[in-house]
Amino acid sequence: MTNPGPGVIYTETLIHAAPQQFVADAPYQLVIVTLDSGRRLTARMIGDRVQIGDAVDFAEDRGGIPFFRKH
Amino acid sequence: MIGIGKTAFGAFPDRDLRSLAVEAGQKCMQDANVSPSKVEAFYLGNFAGPSFVGQNHLAPYIAGAMGITGVPCTRFEAACASSGSAFFHAVSAVGAGLYDLVMIGGVEKMTSQPTPVVTEILAGAGDMGGEGRAGATFPALFAMIARRHMYQYGTTREHLAAVAVKNHANGAKNPQAHMRKVITMEQALNGKPIAEPLTVYDCSLISDGAAAVLIAPLERAAEFTGKPVKILGIAQTSDHVALDEKDDITTFRAVTAAGQKAYKMAGVTPQDIQFAEVHDCFTIAEIIATEDLGFVKKGDGGPYALQGCTALTGPRPINTSGGLKSKGHPVGATGVGQICDLVIQMRGEAGERQIERHSLGLAQNLGGSGATAVVTILGTI
Repeated sequence: MTNPGPGVIYTETLIHAAPQQFVADAPYQLVIVTLDSGRRLTARMIGDRVQIGDAVDFAEDRGGIPFFRKH
Repeated sequence: MIGIGKTAFGAFPDRDLRSLAVEAGQKCMQDANVSPSKVEAFYLGNFAGPSFVGQNHLAPYIAGAMGITGVPCTRFEAACASSGSAFFHAVSAVGAGLYDLVMIGGVEKMTSQPTPVVTEILAGAGDMGGEGRAGATFPALFAMIARRHMYQYGTTREHLAAVAVKNHANGAKNPQAHMRKVITMEQALNGKPIAEPLTVYDCSLISDGAAAVLIAPLERAAEFTGKPVKILGIAQTSDHVALDEKDDITTFRAVTAAGQKAYKMAGVTPQDIQFAEVHDCFTIAEIIATEDLGFVKKGDGGPYALQGCTALTGPRPINTSGGLKSKGHPVGATGVGQICDLVIQMRGEAGERQIERHSLGLAQNLGGSGATAVVTILGTI
Protein backbone atom coordinates (compact mmCIF):
# COMPACT_ATOMS: atom_id res chain seq x y z
CA MET A 1 0.00 0.00 0.00
CA THR A 2 1.15 3.55 -0.64
CA ASN A 3 1.78 5.64 2.47
CA PRO A 4 -1.63 7.18 3.32
CA GLY A 5 0.06 9.96 5.32
CA PRO A 6 -0.72 11.22 8.81
CA GLY A 7 -4.13 11.74 10.35
CA VAL A 8 -6.25 12.13 13.47
CA ILE A 9 -8.11 9.41 15.41
CA TYR A 10 -11.84 9.60 14.54
CA THR A 11 -12.77 6.68 16.81
CA GLU A 12 -11.15 3.66 18.44
CA THR A 13 -11.69 0.46 20.41
CA LEU A 14 -9.57 -2.10 22.22
CA ILE A 15 -10.60 -5.57 21.03
CA HIS A 16 -10.49 -8.37 23.62
CA ALA A 17 -12.65 -10.96 21.81
CA ALA A 18 -10.90 -11.44 18.47
CA PRO A 19 -11.95 -13.30 15.36
CA GLN A 20 -10.32 -16.71 14.79
CA GLN A 21 -7.37 -15.43 12.75
CA PHE A 22 -6.39 -12.67 15.23
CA VAL A 23 -6.87 -14.50 18.53
CA ALA A 24 -3.10 -14.39 19.16
CA ASP A 25 -3.04 -10.57 18.77
CA ALA A 26 -5.72 -9.81 21.40
CA PRO A 27 -6.08 -7.39 23.01
CA TYR A 28 -5.37 -4.99 20.14
CA GLN A 29 -6.50 -1.48 19.31
CA LEU A 30 -8.53 -0.89 16.17
CA VAL A 31 -9.01 2.69 14.99
CA ILE A 32 -10.57 4.76 12.24
CA VAL A 33 -8.18 7.51 11.19
CA THR A 34 -9.31 10.68 9.44
CA LEU A 35 -6.38 11.19 7.09
CA ASP A 36 -5.12 14.64 6.22
CA SER A 37 -6.55 13.98 2.74
CA GLY A 38 -10.03 13.83 4.37
CA ARG A 39 -10.50 10.14 3.63
CA ARG A 40 -11.08 7.71 6.53
CA LEU A 41 -9.16 4.49 6.99
CA THR A 42 -9.64 1.54 9.37
CA ALA A 43 -6.27 0.63 10.85
CA ARG A 44 -4.37 -0.92 13.75
CA MET A 45 -2.01 0.78 16.20
CA ILE A 46 1.58 0.09 17.20
CA GLY A 47 2.78 1.24 20.64
CA ASP A 48 0.81 3.65 22.80
CA ARG A 49 -2.98 3.52 23.03
CA VAL A 50 -4.68 6.49 21.45
CA GLN A 51 -7.91 8.41 22.00
CA ILE A 52 -10.26 10.33 19.73
CA GLY A 53 -8.49 13.47 18.51
CA ASP A 54 -4.93 12.15 18.85
CA ALA A 55 -2.57 12.79 15.92
CA VAL A 56 -1.09 9.64 14.36
CA ASP A 57 1.46 8.78 11.68
CA PHE A 58 1.49 5.88 9.28
CA ALA A 59 3.98 3.27 10.53
CA GLU A 60 3.87 0.28 8.22
CA ASP A 61 1.88 -2.09 6.05
CA ARG A 62 1.67 -5.62 7.40
CA GLY A 63 0.09 -7.91 4.82
CA GLY A 64 -2.30 -5.24 3.60
CA ILE A 65 -3.21 -4.00 7.10
CA PRO A 66 -2.23 -0.36 7.75
CA PHE A 67 -0.56 0.22 11.13
CA PHE A 68 -0.28 3.71 12.68
CA ARG A 69 1.75 5.07 15.61
CA LYS A 70 0.92 7.94 18.00
CA HIS A 71 2.52 11.18 16.73
CA MET B 1 -50.70 -10.20 9.37
CA ILE B 2 -52.86 -13.33 9.67
CA GLY B 3 -50.54 -15.73 11.45
CA ILE B 4 -47.35 -15.87 13.48
CA GLY B 5 -45.11 -18.65 14.76
CA LYS B 6 -41.83 -18.69 16.66
CA THR B 7 -39.53 -21.21 18.21
CA ALA B 8 -37.92 -20.34 21.50
CA PHE B 9 -34.55 -18.63 20.94
CA GLY B 10 -31.57 -20.25 22.63
CA ALA B 11 -28.74 -22.76 22.26
CA PHE B 12 -30.23 -26.02 21.03
CA PRO B 13 -27.48 -28.58 20.35
CA ASP B 14 -30.03 -31.26 19.41
CA ARG B 15 -31.88 -29.17 16.81
CA ASP B 16 -30.79 -28.55 13.22
CA LEU B 17 -31.54 -25.47 11.13
CA ARG B 18 -34.37 -27.03 9.16
CA SER B 19 -36.25 -28.42 12.14
CA LEU B 20 -36.26 -24.98 13.76
CA ALA B 21 -37.55 -23.28 10.61
CA VAL B 22 -40.19 -25.97 10.09
CA GLU B 23 -41.41 -25.67 13.69
CA ALA B 24 -41.90 -21.90 13.30
CA GLY B 25 -43.62 -22.32 9.91
CA GLN B 26 -45.97 -25.02 11.15
CA LYS B 27 -46.94 -23.00 14.24
CA CYS B 28 -47.63 -20.07 11.94
CA MET B 29 -49.88 -22.10 9.62
CA GLN B 30 -51.77 -23.48 12.63
CA ASP B 31 -52.19 -19.96 13.99
CA ALA B 32 -53.79 -18.83 10.72
CA ASN B 33 -55.56 -22.17 10.13
CA VAL B 34 -53.93 -22.43 6.71
CA SER B 35 -52.77 -25.63 4.99
CA PRO B 36 -49.37 -25.70 3.21
CA SER B 37 -51.05 -26.10 -0.18
CA LYS B 38 -52.62 -22.64 0.16
CA VAL B 39 -49.28 -20.85 0.55
CA GLU B 40 -48.44 -19.12 -2.75
CA ALA B 41 -44.82 -18.14 -2.05
CA PHE B 42 -42.17 -18.60 0.64
CA TYR B 43 -39.70 -15.83 1.45
CA LEU B 44 -36.86 -16.83 3.76
CA GLY B 45 -34.41 -14.65 5.64
CA ASN B 46 -31.12 -16.34 6.51
CA PHE B 47 -27.73 -14.73 6.90
CA ALA B 48 -25.14 -17.49 6.89
CA GLY B 49 -26.61 -20.98 6.85
CA PRO B 50 -23.98 -22.10 4.34
CA SER B 51 -21.18 -20.95 6.70
CA PHE B 52 -22.76 -22.02 9.98
CA VAL B 53 -24.12 -25.42 8.97
CA GLY B 54 -22.89 -26.07 5.41
CA GLN B 55 -26.33 -26.07 3.81
CA ASN B 56 -27.26 -23.99 0.78
CA HIS B 57 -30.49 -23.68 -1.24
CA LEU B 58 -32.32 -23.19 2.03
CA ALA B 59 -35.70 -21.79 0.95
CA PRO B 60 -37.00 -24.84 -0.97
CA TYR B 61 -35.15 -27.11 1.51
CA ILE B 62 -37.26 -25.72 4.36
CA ALA B 63 -40.48 -25.15 2.42
CA GLY B 64 -40.49 -28.71 1.10
CA ALA B 65 -40.23 -30.08 4.64
CA MET B 66 -43.34 -28.04 5.54
CA GLY B 67 -45.28 -29.35 2.53
CA ILE B 68 -44.98 -26.12 0.58
CA THR B 69 -43.91 -27.12 -2.93
CA GLY B 70 -44.24 -25.92 -6.49
CA VAL B 71 -44.27 -22.23 -5.60
CA PRO B 72 -41.51 -19.58 -5.57
CA CYS B 73 -39.22 -20.19 -2.57
CA THR B 74 -36.39 -17.69 -2.22
CA ARG B 75 -33.74 -16.90 0.38
CA PHE B 76 -32.88 -13.27 1.22
CA GLU B 77 -29.54 -12.29 2.72
CA ALA B 78 -29.04 -8.86 4.23
CA ALA B 79 -26.88 -9.70 7.27
CA CYS B 80 -28.92 -9.25 10.48
CA ALA B 81 -31.75 -7.69 8.44
CA SER B 82 -32.18 -10.80 6.27
CA SER B 83 -35.71 -11.63 7.34
CA GLY B 84 -36.70 -7.97 7.60
CA SER B 85 -35.71 -7.72 3.97
CA ALA B 86 -37.60 -10.92 3.08
CA PHE B 87 -40.65 -9.44 4.82
CA PHE B 88 -40.34 -6.14 2.93
CA HIS B 89 -40.18 -7.93 -0.42
CA ALA B 90 -43.07 -10.24 0.44
CA VAL B 91 -45.25 -7.30 1.48
CA SER B 92 -44.31 -5.56 -1.78
CA ALA B 93 -45.33 -8.62 -3.80
CA VAL B 94 -48.68 -9.01 -2.04
CA GLY B 95 -49.26 -5.27 -2.32
CA ALA B 96 -48.56 -5.48 -6.05
CA GLY B 97 -51.16 -8.23 -6.39
CA LEU B 98 -48.76 -11.04 -7.31
CA TYR B 99 -49.97 -13.33 -4.50
CA ASP B 100 -52.58 -13.41 -1.77
CA LEU B 101 -51.15 -15.78 0.81
CA VAL B 102 -47.41 -15.61 1.49
CA MET B 103 -45.24 -17.00 4.27
CA ILE B 104 -42.10 -15.22 5.42
CA GLY B 105 -39.66 -17.16 7.55
CA GLY B 106 -36.37 -16.39 9.22
CA VAL B 107 -33.88 -18.81 10.70
CA GLU B 108 -30.32 -19.07 11.97
CA LYS B 109 -28.45 -21.94 13.58
CA MET B 110 -25.35 -20.36 15.15
CA THR B 111 -24.33 -22.32 18.21
CA SER B 112 -22.90 -25.31 16.38
CA GLN B 113 -19.68 -23.31 15.83
CA PRO B 114 -17.19 -22.11 18.48
CA THR B 115 -17.37 -18.39 19.33
CA PRO B 116 -14.22 -17.26 17.42
CA VAL B 117 -15.62 -18.90 14.26
CA VAL B 118 -19.04 -17.30 14.82
CA THR B 119 -17.26 -13.95 15.31
CA GLU B 120 -15.45 -14.43 12.02
CA ILE B 121 -18.61 -15.42 10.11
CA LEU B 122 -20.47 -12.40 11.52
CA ALA B 123 -17.58 -10.13 10.51
CA GLY B 124 -18.51 -11.04 6.93
CA ALA B 125 -21.48 -8.68 7.29
CA GLY B 126 -18.90 -5.88 7.17
CA ASP B 127 -16.31 -4.98 4.54
CA MET B 128 -13.91 -7.91 4.57
CA GLY B 129 -11.44 -6.08 2.33
CA GLY B 130 -10.95 -3.15 4.72
CA GLU B 131 -12.24 -3.25 8.29
CA GLY B 132 -12.47 -7.06 8.30
CA ARG B 133 -8.90 -7.51 7.10
CA ALA B 134 -7.68 -5.13 9.81
CA GLY B 135 -9.24 -7.36 12.48
CA ALA B 136 -12.62 -5.71 13.09
CA THR B 137 -15.35 -7.73 14.77
CA PHE B 138 -18.98 -6.66 14.97
CA PRO B 139 -18.63 -5.75 18.64
CA ALA B 140 -15.58 -3.67 17.63
CA LEU B 141 -17.52 -1.75 14.96
CA PHE B 142 -20.29 -0.92 17.45
CA ALA B 143 -17.69 -0.13 20.12
CA MET B 144 -16.20 2.46 17.76
CA ILE B 145 -19.72 3.83 17.16
CA ALA B 146 -20.26 3.98 20.93
CA ARG B 147 -16.95 5.79 21.52
CA ARG B 148 -17.82 8.42 18.96
CA HIS B 149 -21.38 8.82 20.33
CA MET B 150 -19.91 9.28 23.82
CA TYR B 151 -17.45 11.85 22.46
CA GLN B 152 -20.04 13.87 20.53
CA TYR B 153 -23.05 13.64 22.86
CA GLY B 154 -21.73 12.80 26.32
CA THR B 155 -23.30 9.34 26.31
CA THR B 156 -22.00 7.30 29.26
CA ARG B 157 -21.39 3.68 30.25
CA GLU B 158 -24.43 4.02 32.56
CA HIS B 159 -26.61 4.92 29.59
CA LEU B 160 -25.48 1.80 27.74
CA ALA B 161 -25.90 -0.38 30.83
CA ALA B 162 -29.45 0.94 31.38
CA VAL B 163 -30.45 -0.58 28.03
CA ALA B 164 -29.03 -3.97 29.03
CA VAL B 165 -30.67 -3.94 32.48
CA LYS B 166 -34.06 -3.01 30.98
CA ASN B 167 -33.91 -5.60 28.20
CA HIS B 168 -32.89 -8.37 30.59
CA ALA B 169 -35.80 -7.41 32.90
CA ASN B 170 -38.18 -7.76 29.94
CA GLY B 171 -36.62 -10.96 28.63
CA ALA B 172 -36.89 -12.57 32.07
CA LYS B 173 -40.67 -12.33 31.59
CA ASN B 174 -40.61 -13.84 28.08
CA PRO B 175 -40.93 -17.65 28.12
CA GLN B 176 -39.33 -17.82 24.64
CA ALA B 177 -36.26 -15.72 25.50
CA HIS B 178 -32.74 -17.12 25.34
CA MET B 179 -31.42 -15.61 28.58
CA ARG B 180 -34.19 -15.19 31.14
CA LYS B 181 -32.01 -13.51 33.71
CA VAL B 182 -32.43 -10.20 35.49
CA ILE B 183 -29.16 -8.27 35.75
CA THR B 184 -28.20 -5.31 37.94
CA MET B 185 -26.67 -2.02 36.85
CA GLU B 186 -23.51 -3.00 38.74
CA GLN B 187 -23.21 -6.29 36.83
CA ALA B 188 -23.77 -4.54 33.52
CA LEU B 189 -21.08 -1.97 34.30
CA ASN B 190 -18.54 -4.58 35.34
CA GLY B 191 -18.95 -7.18 32.63
CA LYS B 192 -16.05 -8.84 30.86
CA PRO B 193 -14.71 -6.47 28.17
CA ILE B 194 -15.39 -7.58 24.58
CA ALA B 195 -14.39 -4.45 22.64
CA GLU B 196 -14.00 -1.38 24.84
CA PRO B 197 -16.20 0.36 25.91
CA LEU B 198 -18.55 -2.59 25.32
CA THR B 199 -18.70 -5.49 27.74
CA VAL B 200 -20.41 -8.83 27.40
CA TYR B 201 -23.57 -7.19 28.77
CA ASP B 202 -23.64 -4.73 25.87
CA CYS B 203 -23.68 -7.50 23.27
CA SER B 204 -26.63 -9.50 21.99
CA LEU B 205 -26.57 -13.27 22.21
CA ILE B 206 -25.42 -15.94 19.79
CA SER B 207 -28.60 -17.95 19.36
CA ASP B 208 -30.45 -20.60 17.42
CA GLY B 209 -34.03 -19.91 16.46
CA ALA B 210 -36.68 -19.34 13.83
CA ALA B 211 -39.77 -17.23 13.26
CA ALA B 212 -42.48 -17.13 10.59
CA VAL B 213 -45.46 -14.99 9.64
CA LEU B 214 -48.26 -15.27 7.10
CA ILE B 215 -49.61 -12.24 5.31
CA ALA B 216 -52.63 -11.71 3.08
CA PRO B 217 -54.44 -8.74 1.51
CA LEU B 218 -56.53 -6.88 4.09
CA GLU B 219 -59.81 -7.75 2.37
CA ARG B 220 -59.13 -11.48 2.84
CA ALA B 221 -57.80 -11.30 6.41
CA ALA B 222 -61.15 -12.13 8.02
CA GLU B 223 -61.06 -15.59 6.37
CA PHE B 224 -58.08 -16.50 8.55
CA THR B 225 -58.21 -14.57 11.80
CA GLY B 226 -60.49 -12.53 14.01
CA LYS B 227 -57.48 -10.50 15.15
CA PRO B 228 -55.75 -9.18 12.03
CA VAL B 229 -52.93 -6.72 12.49
CA LYS B 230 -52.48 -4.23 9.65
CA ILE B 231 -49.18 -3.45 7.98
CA LEU B 232 -49.53 0.33 7.85
CA GLY B 233 -46.08 1.29 6.61
CA ILE B 234 -42.86 -0.39 5.54
CA ALA B 235 -39.56 0.64 3.97
CA GLN B 236 -36.15 -0.86 3.29
CA THR B 237 -33.14 1.37 2.68
CA SER B 238 -29.37 1.03 2.37
CA ASP B 239 -26.05 2.74 3.07
CA HIS B 240 -22.33 1.97 2.69
CA VAL B 241 -21.22 -1.33 4.23
CA ALA B 242 -17.88 -0.09 5.64
CA LEU B 243 -18.00 2.08 8.73
CA ASP B 244 -15.10 4.22 7.49
CA GLU B 245 -17.13 5.22 4.39
CA LYS B 246 -19.87 6.88 6.46
CA ASP B 247 -19.70 10.62 7.17
CA ASP B 248 -21.14 10.32 10.67
CA ILE B 249 -21.12 6.98 12.48
CA THR B 250 -23.27 8.20 15.40
CA THR B 251 -26.37 7.89 13.22
CA PHE B 252 -27.62 5.21 10.84
CA ARG B 253 -28.70 7.19 7.81
CA ALA B 254 -30.52 4.15 6.41
CA VAL B 255 -32.64 3.88 9.58
CA THR B 256 -33.57 7.55 9.50
CA ALA B 257 -34.59 7.27 5.85
CA ALA B 258 -36.54 4.03 6.33
CA GLY B 259 -38.31 5.53 9.34
CA GLN B 260 -39.34 8.64 7.42
CA LYS B 261 -40.68 6.57 4.51
CA ALA B 262 -42.58 4.19 6.79
CA TYR B 263 -44.09 7.05 8.84
CA LYS B 264 -45.23 8.74 5.63
CA MET B 265 -46.80 5.54 4.27
CA ALA B 266 -48.58 4.91 7.58
CA GLY B 267 -49.64 8.56 7.95
CA VAL B 268 -48.27 8.74 11.49
CA THR B 269 -45.49 10.62 13.27
CA PRO B 270 -42.76 9.24 15.55
CA GLN B 271 -44.61 10.59 18.57
CA ASP B 272 -47.68 8.49 17.66
CA ILE B 273 -45.73 5.22 18.04
CA GLN B 274 -46.75 3.57 21.31
CA PHE B 275 -44.11 0.84 21.50
CA ALA B 276 -41.32 -0.62 19.40
CA GLU B 277 -39.03 -3.55 18.85
CA VAL B 278 -35.67 -2.07 17.81
CA HIS B 279 -32.46 -3.75 16.73
CA ASP B 280 -30.37 -3.79 19.93
CA CYS B 281 -27.56 -5.97 18.58
CA PHE B 282 -25.50 -3.82 20.96
CA THR B 283 -26.80 -1.46 23.64
CA ILE B 284 -25.54 1.58 21.73
CA ALA B 285 -27.64 0.49 18.72
CA GLU B 286 -30.85 0.79 20.76
CA ILE B 287 -29.85 4.26 21.94
CA ILE B 288 -29.13 5.37 18.36
CA ALA B 289 -32.35 3.74 17.09
CA THR B 290 -34.47 5.83 19.45
CA GLU B 291 -32.76 8.92 18.04
CA ASP B 292 -32.83 7.92 14.35
CA LEU B 293 -36.50 6.93 14.56
CA GLY B 294 -37.34 10.38 15.95
CA PHE B 295 -38.50 9.31 19.43
CA VAL B 296 -35.95 11.73 20.92
CA LYS B 297 -33.59 14.29 19.45
CA LYS B 298 -30.05 13.38 18.45
CA GLY B 299 -27.86 12.73 21.46
CA ASP B 300 -30.73 12.24 23.92
CA GLY B 301 -31.05 8.46 23.49
CA GLY B 302 -28.84 7.65 26.48
CA PRO B 303 -30.70 9.73 29.08
CA TYR B 304 -34.02 8.55 27.54
CA ALA B 305 -33.07 4.95 28.39
CA LEU B 306 -31.59 5.73 31.81
CA GLN B 307 -34.71 7.67 32.87
CA GLY B 308 -36.88 4.59 32.27
CA CYS B 309 -38.84 6.09 29.37
CA THR B 310 -38.42 2.87 27.38
CA ALA B 311 -39.21 0.43 30.23
CA LEU B 312 -42.36 -1.72 30.27
CA THR B 313 -44.01 0.85 32.52
CA GLY B 314 -42.53 3.86 30.69
CA PRO B 315 -44.29 6.14 28.22
CA ARG B 316 -42.86 4.26 25.19
CA PRO B 317 -41.83 0.67 25.97
CA ILE B 318 -39.01 -0.58 23.75
CA ASN B 319 -38.10 -4.22 23.27
CA THR B 320 -40.80 -5.66 25.50
CA SER B 321 -39.64 -9.06 24.23
CA GLY B 322 -36.22 -8.58 25.86
CA GLY B 323 -34.70 -7.50 22.57
CA LEU B 324 -31.76 -9.14 20.88
CA LYS B 325 -29.89 -8.69 24.15
CA SER B 326 -31.99 -11.07 26.23
CA LYS B 327 -34.49 -12.72 23.85
CA GLY B 328 -31.55 -13.70 21.65
CA HIS B 329 -30.32 -12.90 18.16
CA PRO B 330 -30.43 -15.78 15.68
CA VAL B 331 -29.56 -13.21 13.06
CA GLY B 332 -31.63 -14.45 10.12
CA ALA B 333 -34.70 -14.89 12.34
CA THR B 334 -34.51 -11.51 14.06
CA GLY B 335 -36.49 -9.34 11.61
CA VAL B 336 -39.51 -11.63 11.42
CA GLY B 337 -39.14 -12.36 15.14
CA GLN B 338 -39.58 -8.65 15.88
CA ILE B 339 -42.77 -8.61 13.76
CA CYS B 340 -44.10 -11.60 15.76
CA ASP B 341 -43.30 -9.78 19.00
CA LEU B 342 -45.28 -6.71 17.94
CA VAL B 343 -48.26 -8.91 16.99
CA ILE B 344 -48.12 -10.75 20.35
CA GLN B 345 -48.47 -7.39 22.15
CA MET B 346 -51.19 -6.20 19.76
CA ARG B 347 -53.24 -9.34 20.38
CA GLY B 348 -52.85 -8.86 24.13
CA GLU B 349 -51.02 -12.18 24.46
CA ALA B 350 -47.77 -10.98 26.07
CA GLY B 351 -48.59 -12.25 29.56
CA GLU B 352 -46.45 -10.74 32.31
CA ARG B 353 -44.95 -8.19 29.95
CA GLN B 354 -48.22 -7.09 28.34
CA ILE B 355 -48.38 -3.33 27.91
CA GLU B 356 -51.58 -1.26 27.95
CA ARG B 357 -51.15 0.88 24.86
CA HIS B 358 -50.51 -1.56 22.03
CA SER B 359 -52.46 -0.47 18.98
CA LEU B 360 -49.57 1.16 17.06
CA GLY B 361 -46.09 -0.36 17.07
CA LEU B 362 -42.87 -0.18 15.08
CA ALA B 363 -40.15 -2.71 14.28
CA GLN B 364 -36.65 -1.67 13.18
CA ASN B 365 -34.26 -4.27 11.77
CA LEU B 366 -30.63 -3.38 11.02
CA GLY B 367 -28.16 -5.19 8.79
CA GLY B 368 -24.44 -4.99 9.44
CA SER B 369 -23.29 -1.68 10.86
CA GLY B 370 -26.18 0.07 9.12
CA ALA B 371 -25.94 -0.91 5.45
CA THR B 372 -29.49 -2.29 5.41
CA ALA B 373 -32.43 -0.98 7.41
CA VAL B 374 -36.04 -2.12 7.43
CA VAL B 375 -38.72 -0.26 9.37
CA THR B 376 -42.24 -1.65 9.67
CA ILE B 377 -45.25 -0.01 11.32
CA LEU B 378 -48.10 -2.25 12.43
CA GLY B 379 -51.45 -1.26 13.86
CA THR B 380 -54.87 -2.47 14.92
CA ILE B 381 -56.45 0.96 14.50
